[in-house]
Order: sequence, then C-alpha cells, then structure tokens
Amino acid sequence: LLQPAVSVGNVGQLAIDLVISTLDMTKVGYFYTDCLVPMVGNNPYATAEENSMELSINAEVYSLPSKKLVVLQIRSPFIKNKYRPFCQTLLSWVKSSKCVRVVLLSSSHAYQRDDEQLLGTPLRYLLTPDLEKAVGGIMQELNWKEMEKVAAYPGINDTEKVLHIPGGGITKLLFTESCSKGIQMAVLLKFCSEGDNIPDAFALVNYLNEWLQLIKSEVNTSSQWKIPSSWRLLFGSGLPPALF
Amino acid sequence: MATFFGEVVVAPSRAGVDDEESAEETPEDQEIRRELEKKREVDVLWSLKSGASTESSADEPFVCSKFIVAIGHNAAAFLSSFILDSVCWEVVGVVKLWNEWCRTSNTTNVLPTDSFCLFYRLISDPTVLLCQCSCYVAEDQQFQWLEKVFGCMQKEGLQVTILSTCPVADYKTQESTLTLPSPFLKALKTKEFKEQVCCPLLEQPNIVRDLPAA
Repeated sequence: LLQPAVSVGNVGQLAIDLVISTLDMTKVGYFYTDCLVPMVGNNPYATAEENSMELSINAEVYSLPSKKLVVLQIRSPFIKNKYRPFCQTLLSWVKSSKCVRVVLLSSSHAYQRDDEQLLGTPLRYLLTPDLEKAVGGIMQELNWKEMEKVAAYPGINDTEKVLHIPGGGITKLLFTESCSKGIQMAVLLKFCSEGDNIPDAFALVNYLNEWLQLIKSEVNTSSQWKIPSSWRLLFGSGLPPALF
Repeated sequence: MATFFGEVVVAPSRAGVDDEESAEETPEDQEIRRELEKKREVDVLWSLKSGASTESSADEPFVCSKFIVAIGHNAAAFLSSFILDSVCWEVVGVVKLWNEWCRTSNTTNVLPTDSFCLFYRLISDPTVLLCQCSCYVAEDQQFQWLEKVFGCMQKEGLQVTILSTCPVADYKTQESTLTLPSPFLKALKTKEFKEQVCCPLLEQPNIVRDLPAA
C-alpha cells in the first residue's frame, strides 16, 4: 500500500498523483470517512473528454494488479481531533486486508533542520523494525539516509532521543502505531517549504522509484512521470490583461 | 520562518495545522472536549403529519423521490424567491446546530437574514422534499449533518439535487476571471444520474468543498 501523509507542501500527495497518473491506475474504491474535510470534483487524471466526468472525492483507492500495488490518495486536510481515529481505522484496514507492506510518502519543514541536515540530500527514510529485517540491506546499498532522531529535551539532556517530524501531519503517529502493531512500514520524506512543490514531488517520487522501480529509471527521469491534468492552474486563474 | 522585519513566525502550511495530538489528554481536557462535542452536535427534528415534533430517530425512513438541498444564503434565497410559498409547501423539519460562525434560529418563521436550516415538503406530492440551509455547517459537523438527514430517508429511487454558490474569484480558468460573464452555472453529477444536465460540467482543476461536497 502506497499512500501520502498530508504534510508540508503536500509533497506526498503530489508524488502520489504522479504515480497514479503515470501508471494509469484504476480506481477501485474510496474511504467513507468523517476524518477528512469533504471535497468533490471531476476526475483529476482525465486525459480526454470521455474520461473526464467521473466524480472524485477526498480519499480514494487505486490499484495496479500487475505490480501488486494499491495506492490511497488523500485530497483534503484532516479535521481537528480526527488524526488518531483515522490512523487506527487505516491500520486496521491494512491488517484485515492482509496488506504486506505500507509505504508512506511525506515531508517535513526544511527550516527545522539542524546544521548537519542542511548539507547533503534532503531525502530521508524510516523503517519499522519488521520491515528493517526485510529491506534494511537494500537501503544500505542505495546509500539512503535514515531520518535522525532529535534530543527530547534539547539543551538540557542530549542523551534521550525521540523521533520528530515537524510538518509531517500523521506521519509520526502512523509510524509509531505501525511499530507497535508489527506492521511493515517505510516512510520516505523530503525536507521542504511551502511554495511551488512540484520539484519536491518529482524528487520524492524518483527517490521512491530507486527502491520500488515502478517505472524504468533512465537518465532524465523527470520526463518519465506524467503530470495529471488537475495540476493545471495550481496558482490560480489567468491574469486580467488590464493589470499591465 | 523569519520575515523581512526579522520576527520569527510560524509559516502557515497548506498541509494544515500541525500542533496536534499531545498524546496525553488529562481527564479535564477530555471532559472539556466532550462538552464541546455535545455543544456542536447536530440535531434534526422532524414534525410528523399530526404536527407534533419528535426526535430524528423516526422508526421508518421517509419515502422520498426528490430531495433538493439549497446550501448558502444565495441558494436559499433562490428557493425562497422562486419556489417556496406557504400554499404548496409545508415545513416538516428543522436542523438545530451551533458553531463559532452561527447558531440556527429556533422558529420556523425565519427572516432571510437569519441562519437557519429548514425542511419543506410539497403538499401535493409528499415525496418531494426541499431543504434550505443558510447556516454555515462547520467541518466537524458536516458528516453528522449528512448522516442524520439522509439517515431518515429511504435511498432507493431517490434523486438528490444540490444547489450552491461559490465566488467567481475561486474559479480556476485559463483566462482571468474578471472577463468571465458571471454569474454562470456549472454542474457535477454522479454516474447514476442519467438525465440531461442543464449546464456544462465543472472542469478540472475546480473542486467543491464543505457541505455541498459532503
């Protein structure tokens, strides 16, 4: 199961849009939930008049049987106090549907990085202990960087370290819950800021591709991903000519 | 994040507020949260044929063939001006709710400037229901509103029409919205709606949110 966290810059969600759009995944269902703000629109992955009229809502599930891949896309923010119920419902669905592994795409505030994190790659990963056993070796080979823990009480006591993902939305909650429930979960995240997060989405989805090989990676990988039609006009309508 | 003036502010994030979930909630916090939730509960009150008011837990679901919902002041005013009158329509229900933006009036004799949510039934065909909702239903109340209202209705053979308005400035299009002839109509429809729609469909990337979306 591949899914995003609603996080800074919506990078995880944008990356998931690229995956669904490029692999031309089929919608197989949706979540009827009170945890997300309602929204509805026409098919965001429409390519022609014929397929542009299907309604789309805030939490939908897509699948690609050939790759044994199921993708959940979340399109609106969480309602206050509903993070925990959503995570619990999601994880019990993961267990009951016998999903082997969950990959969560997320992001974290770039301005919260410490001096060392400012250098080098802005991409990080996390694995639950159950998944560490299975794929820890692959991460080493790919030369990926694990998300650093931070001091629980900075300045006072530097020995106690905790996981801190500012701007990550439900990332930390889902990860810690998965650890305690024995679910194999990987978190892939990028440090970023709010703004035009399309490049961040490409970086994250290419990072994911290094591991899962969803598409063939060639030299110029950004051109291999298909941008969905709903990404048009991300920053508003055209400008009135009278402005100039 | 530092602004030009050197002060440090928390950057607003599209991803929503991240101050969530202090894992430990004291009993007092839980009590406060429960009280708040009770205050924010949505109550749907239906009046039966006899005119008596009862709670929304009707034993049997209403038989309903057409349900028209007008959300927002403009849509509600449209129904008041062109459809509703005291001869053909009777009030059969009301929604009571409170949130930071509005509290619904208690009477059914409402002024256009009040916040209210009323249900009407066509006297000549009692399976046609109409809802005028000019109060703002908050995010956390939308699901409840939906479940409580539709929970009372039989869903087979039901056609739902939702009327709502959005500012033209929110409409995303290639040209500037200044030059668009407004107002204009757009529609969204489910696969199951087989009839002709009277206006063009809403183009990507535009979306509908809040109660109409729910």
